[in-house]
Amino acid sequence: MSMRKVAVVGVGMTKFVRRAQETPKELSWQAAHMALESCGMTMDDIDSACMGTAPDAFDSVHMKGEYLSDGAGGWGKPYMRSYVGGGTGVFAPIQGWYHVASGMFDTALVVCEEKMSSYYPHGQAAFLTIFDHTTERPLKPNLLWIFALEMNRYMQTYGLSKAEIAQVAVQHKRNAADHPCALLGDADITVEDVLNSEVLAWPVNRLDVSPVTDGAVAVILAAEHVAKRITDKPVWIQGVGWTLDTSYWTNRDLAYPRYVENAARMAYEMAGIREPRREIHIAEPYDPFDYKALHHLEGLLLADRGQAAQLYTDGIAARDGDRPVCPSGGLLGVGNPIAAAGLMKIAELFWQLRGEAGARQVPGQPKRGLAQAWGDLMQVGTVVIMGTNP
Amino acid sequence: MSDRVAIIGLGWAGFRPTTPDLSYKELIYEAAVKAYADAGVDPRRDVDSFVTVAEDFHEGTSIFDEYTPDQLGAALKPMHTICGDGIHGLATAYMLIRTGRADLVVVEGHSKASNILTLPEITAYAQDPILNRPLRLNTHVIAGLEMSRYLYETGATREQCAAVVVKNRRNATKNPLAAYAADLTPDEVLAGPPLSWPLGKWETAEMTDGAVVMVLASEEKALALSPKPVWVIGVGWCNGAVSLESRDWGRSEYTEKAAKMAYRQAGIGYPLSAIDFAEVDDTYAYKELQHLEALGLCQPGEAGPLTAQGFTGPDGELPVNVSGGNLGIGDLLDAKGLVRALEVTLQLRGEAGPRQLEDVTIGLAQSWRGVPTTSSAVIVMSN
Repeated sequence: MSMRKVAVVGVGMTKFVRRAQETPKELSWQAAHMALESCGMTMDDIDSACMGTAPDAFDSVHMKGEYLSDGAGGWGKPYMRSYVGGGTGVFAPIQGWYHVASGMFDTALVVCEEKMSSYYPHGQAAFLTIFDHTTERPLKPNLLWIFALEMNRYMQTYGLSKAEIAQVAVQHKRNAADHPCALLGDADITVEDVLNSEVLAWPVNRLDVSPVTDGAVAVILAAEHVAKRITDKPVWIQGVGWTLDTSYWTNRDLAYPRYVENAARMAYEMAGIREPRREIHIAEPYDPFDYKALHHLEGLLLADRGQAAQLYTDGIAARDGDRPVCPSGGLLGVGNPIAAAGLMKIAELFWQLRGEAGARQVPGQPKRGLAQAWGDLMQVGTVVIMGTNP
Repeated sequence: MSDRVAIIGLGWAGFRPTTPDLSYKELIYEAAVKAYADAGVDPRRDVDSFVTVAEDFHEGTSIFDEYTPDQLGAALKPMHTICGDGIHGLATAYMLIRTGRADLVVVEGHSKASNILTLPEITAYAQDPILNRPLRLNTHVIAGLEMSRYLYETGATREQCAAVVVKNRRNATKNPLAAYAADLTPDEVLAGPPLSWPLGKWETAEMTDGAVVMVLASEEKALALSPKPVWVIGVGWCNGAVSLESRDWGRSEYTEKAAKMAYRQAGIGYPLSAIDFAEVDDTYAYKELQHLEALGLCQPGEAGPLTAQGFTGPDGELPVNVSGGNLGIGDLLDAKGLVRALEVTLQLRGEAGPRQLEDVTIGLAQSWRGVPTTSSAVIVMSN
């Protein structure tokens, strides 16, 4: 079966903020509207709609995908919501990809939205019910604790210090200072600021973790013959990969995300990439915590195990370094409206690869980038590789 | 190469109003083992991708996607959840195979409705939180309003809706999976307790637990693995106006659009002559009539009288819900579309036992996601 080539032709993004005044539907609509405007399309040109959004509990709406459908362009269209927890933001464009690559549709509108601020008193409470109802929930774990376990394991395995890991938060938040939609950009932040912020669950300090955020992002995908009519600079989806590991996270090797490696290998194989460190020019690994960016760079085979922090120390991961990481500012800097944060990385690659990233532009005309997200119980990896060539 | 996709493996488990002896994982495992044996595949070695259909609030777990892989043999494999009906899941598998990047895809749907203590409150939480929830509308109230409008616009009667219940629950007597089989008269149905006039309790499907797993394959794999592949010749799905205020209450325009999409792919111009039998959503009896009209299998306003005349009976011109439908089998939440598709596949394989229809080559399954959604999906299959 000859696979149809699929391109991203337009993107839209709302500001990422702490408390949006808009309803979740309105945020979805704003992002979708901007994406359509960005490439001169209307809803009449859209054949199908795909939605990505994380737990229904955030909005306290059952079947949240159905509720969001009209805001996300699903009114009178084939519309589906896909879901892989935190990995959803990079999965939704994969969903859009198979809508178009299958030959079923010429265009797909992909919208990711999250409104975490409605949850009172704090969005973290929505995560109390993600744990196994019999074996774990009685212990009342929360997400910060289990990621603190994972960070601790990662540090112990490779002998990494908190200061080495804090470099990630510093670089990403500094990068985000140049992003007009960012919530936590800070051009002057230092490693000391991160180390001196209050401890939430050791070794995680407040500035090691991304903030609760509201926001939405939308992208438009088109088949080759349509994409070339819409824009002179389509950005092609060259590879996609996703993997879900067992639910029993307590049995997992927390020092290394094998599920991310599996997803990356699937995407590299599809994109024909043999040497990812030479062939990926920009990496947008998922960084809800600073150690996660390192963890994921290793899973993506973009760094040796335990060596990812060195990329930051040596300046290789800087925006003007040899292999820039999260030039957008990532989740740590731009913000983390869960599903929308993943799709923000796709939007960033779109702008970077078209040379439209403004103050954030990576020098040297990058040709290919990778976005990755992660989610569930340290369990799912989703990877999209985009490039300027089909 | 061809774009054809077939269903080559079927498995199911449960189908009882309550399953205190089994967890949802055990139900799924049982269905999966049967489906893999039926298809002759090993999930760890052969299957390329897995899809589950589920909604968080039905499971009582946020990010339910976490708990989907192990019982299917999908750990460390490509797997994702679709927050949709089982037929949305089948459509997803169909698309994945047609990309050429997957040859074997597994779709799973399940219901553990008996675990849900407050189902009416949960389904009411699907309404718009700002505009509708303050009105405290019960789910069945909205269905009653819709039924009222449907009867008004089409001239269908409560007696004709009762005929749907009689037919489907009687059909269920021949289906060992059906938990709500009964031999009723229309008068008994109409004499049942009212829920929200004109909707009565016996015109509303009861809940059931169960799991269904299906294995879908590309043409090459299907021909190599299966002596009786059932080909997917068209799929369609569509959402209508989600807000109660702006929808067309009399007709199911979203089902019309979903059906058009599926018929276009299948090359079906006149559905009634092409389709031999149908399994359509009958969560409420009037919905079967409304859906038959939306699917183009009856003219608007004709589904009621035709049902009363036996046109949709098992010996009629267009057998509808020979399985017993949701009214006879029970409502399996997000899996109910898979139950419709399961019956179509069994009939097309000639494995439907005492309810087997003769000489069937093309069947249709349709599902609707329930109040307050306007979300419908259609699949057309052929042997």
